[in-house]
Amino acid sequence: MSEKEKPTAIELLTFQLADQEYSLDIMSVREIRGWTKTTPLPHAPSYMKGVINLRGTVLPVMDLSERLGLEPQRQTDRNVIIVVNHDDVMTGLLVDAVSDIIALTDEDLQPPPELQTSNSPNVVSALTLIDERMIRVLDLSSIVTSVQSDAA
Amino acid sequence: MSDSNDPMAEIRASFFIECEELLEALQDGLQALDDGDEDPETINIVFRAVHSIKGGAGAFGLEALVRFAHRFETVLDEVRAGRMSPDSDARKIFFQCADHLSDLVRISRDDGNLPDDETASLLASLNGLLGDAGIEEEDEAAEEEEIDFQPATLSLDLDLGGDEDSDVPDLPPLDSLPVAAPEGFIVRFKPDNDLFETGNEPFHMLRALDELGKCTVTCHLDDLPDLDTLAAETSYLSWTVEIETDVEEAEIAAAFEFVDGLCTLDIKKKNSDEVAPADLPQAAKPAEPISENVKNESEETAPQAVAPQPPGPEEADAAQELDPKPQMAQKTQPSAAKQGAPAAAKSVVRVDLDRIERLVNLVGELVINQAMLSQSLERSGLSPHSDAMNGLEEFQRLTRDIQDSVMMIRAQPVKSLFQRMSRIVREASAAVNKDVRLMTEGESTEVDKTVIERLADPLTHMIRNAVDHGLESSEERIAAGKPEQGRVNLTAAHRSGRVVIEVSDDGGGINRPKVLQIAIDKGLISADATLSDTEIDNLLFLPGFSTASVVSDLSGRGVGMDVVRTSIQALGGRISISSIPGEGTTFSISLPLTLAVLDGMVVQVADETLVLPLNVVIETLTLTNKDVEMVRPGSHVVRVRSGFVPLFDLGKELGYREPVDDHEGSVVLLIAHEDGGRAALIIDSIQDQRQVVIKGLDDSFYRAPGIAAATILGDGQIALILDTSDIITNAISSSGVAVSPANTGQTA
Repeated sequence: MSEKEKPTAIELLTFQLADQEYSLDIMSVREIRGWTKTTPLPHAPSYMKGVINLRGTVLPVMDLSERLGLEPQRQTDRNVIIVVNHDDVMTGLLVDAVSDIIALTDEDLQPPPELQTSNSPNVVSALTLIDERMIRVLDLSSIVTSVQSDAA
Repeated sequence: MSDSNDPMAEIRASFFIECEELLEALQDGLQALDDGDEDPETINIVFRAVHSIKGGAGAFGLEALVRFAHRFETVLDEVRAGRMSPDSDARKIFFQCADHLSDLVRISRDDGNLPDDETASLLASLNGLLGDAGIEEEDEAAEEEEIDFQPATLSLDLDLGGDEDSDVPDLPPLDSLPVAAPEGFIVRFKPDNDLFETGNEPFHMLRALDELGKCTVTCHLDDLPDLDTLAAETSYLSWTVEIETDVEEAEIAAAFEFVDGLCTLDIKKKNSDEVAPADLPQAAKPAEPISENVKNESEETAPQAVAPQPPGPEEADAAQELDPKPQMAQKTQPSAAKQGAPAAAKSVVRVDLDRIERLVNLVGELVINQAMLSQSLERSGLSPHSDAMNGLEEFQRLTRDIQDSVMMIRAQPVKSLFQRMSRIVREASAAVNKDVRLMTEGESTEVDKTVIERLADPLTHMIRNAVDHGLESSEERIAAGKPEQGRVNLTAAHRSGRVVIEVSDDGGGINRPKVLQIAIDKGLISADATLSDTEIDNLLFLPGFSTASVVSDLSGRGVGMDVVRTSIQALGGRISISSIPGEGTTFSISLPLTLAVLDGMVVQVADETLVLPLNVVIETLTLTNKDVEMVRPGSHVVRVRSGFVPLFDLGKELGYREPVDDHEGSVVLLIAHEDGGRAALIIDSIQDQRQVVIKGLDDSFYRAPGIAAATILGDGQIALILDTSDIITNAISSSGVAVSPANTGQTA
């Protein structure tokens, strides 16, 4: 974030994960679709739910709760898959439910406190307050790219 | 080429693509010549190919290429004119020149360093040919195309990127054929719109004429409309050129060779009273007469005259009447190489590969969609005779047809590949000093483009092996009562839905005792192993095996047949070897027609549906407990006839379930492992055997071990396609059981 410059408007898609609110930059979100049965990949880390058929392409899906070290997802009808695009790689993120789209500027975002433990990935890039609710802004690249090294 | 903003870069790129085609035509022609083809058209094709490359190269200022092509062309022209007969030495030089020309083209394309030494030595060879034929060697200065063009009467600014080297033919001096009237000709030339559309430039033709003699050029602006009504892409100009020359009419016509059919051209002798046919209004007749006329016309000179609009019969007649020298047929035949006659039989469209990929993907989806639709219709309990079900059947048929047609777009004849191999043979045989002839068969067999590209390296290796190791030296051949010239056969054919490519030689066959000894020496097999002939032959595929006791320049660089086999297997292919002592060795490669579709066996394991490539499945068995023996806890073998094969549970190997203890009634697939060994995989049931569309899995995210790709089943679910070699290798390393070597259980 470039603080000193003019505030940039951003839009965030917020969603529920284990009763907490998280969000992603909406520019990286391609679509949101309902839960479908996945085809599991052998020997994959437990947060890798498998792959699904997204209109003819094979889309890997991960359980975002588990990926973030929260408790695994409870399967409900409200579960949805957020299809995100990072560096032209499409990934599905399984979340509890999608809540809202919020518009704010980067001045509203605060850097997260330096509380990260060494072994968990630095996935929260910023925090913001909306109606007294704290919303965590996720850093997509650290979620989808460090999988390889984790799995190894 | 790298700069995409440069419009020239694009034109340049397309020139090089065209060069590839021309080089192919050149190789073909030379091959035909070498095979004893005496059709004058053959040498014409060769000549035109070289000529067109030279022309294009000139336009891009590729001096070295132009100079070489020019000399090559000069020699070919001697052959074409019948002043030189291409004996076997000459043909050899021609082949070398063609190879060198293709090198030069590629080097020029990649802006590499030109091999000047080679160019010089080949130029010397060519000069030698010219000298031998008793032809006066062309003056070096003649190469520099002298241009004393007089722009006086051509006051229109036509300097449209004309380069020093034009794409006009260089015409050898024909002083031996003086024409009676030296005063010359009047040429009237009116380009059609098409001429400009195909990127031709009248300037070049005028300049070409200028080289033939003293020209007076008049440009006619009569048709030029006011600026308001001027259509940018319409040709309004025409020219009259009075040329003082002693060359023949055909020579003049040759200057317009490449725009044959794209302009109105009239060449007549000065002081001729005859009416020029071009003065007749251009006939806009229907297209039927075109082919007939073109054929007719190609024998004549005047016909260049008319063209994209087919001439009326009366015009053609007039043209014939006018033509004073119909015997110069071959000089004026329409240039199929570059422009193509209007009635050319085969028209080709160049399409970006990405677009085809996209189409292939879409069709893949269509196939899946169709399968889903038919499943849901079946579930809905419709009568099989209802309209919907009948329609569905038709839909299925169409989908299959579409899929086949789309796959055919990607298919290419293996010819280009084979041509590269003939060069490999020439070079390899020269390097080891053997006389080798490559015989090819089935060049028109079509295979997926990617398969062709990825076959080049393994095939090169195999061909080199055949020349270097397969064939004996000349002395040995003569001693064995064989013809001195060794033969390497390269054949391609379609066989039951696959492509089979065979490389065979008529050499001494595999020296089995030697192979066995090397394998033992290198510790690849134990010294007391008894192997069948086939097993010994297959030792060649083992990593680290190389029979060349002397590491030659050609082969034996440590890269062996195992690399060949790996690359063939990566294409979903199989390679096998057969050899008869004293008679030769044959390597046979069997490949799928396409990489987009796989013949798969659909199986069920632990509630998951999986697909195995059908080509790895040797047989299927149903186990009884007494077939299974425990080697140690957790590792089992199964008895298959006389041999023991390690047994793995696929569900366990994929982490889907705990291993099953009771093997009674389990279904087992006997799988061929990479190095010729076998392994057995337990599955729950076999569902189907069908073609599946391969979908890549994105490795960047998570690379699942043992999984090659995925496919989408009829119900829309994804099924994983297994990489059995990977699974078995992993299973072996975790269980510690060696895969059963090839020598057990060879009872079939």
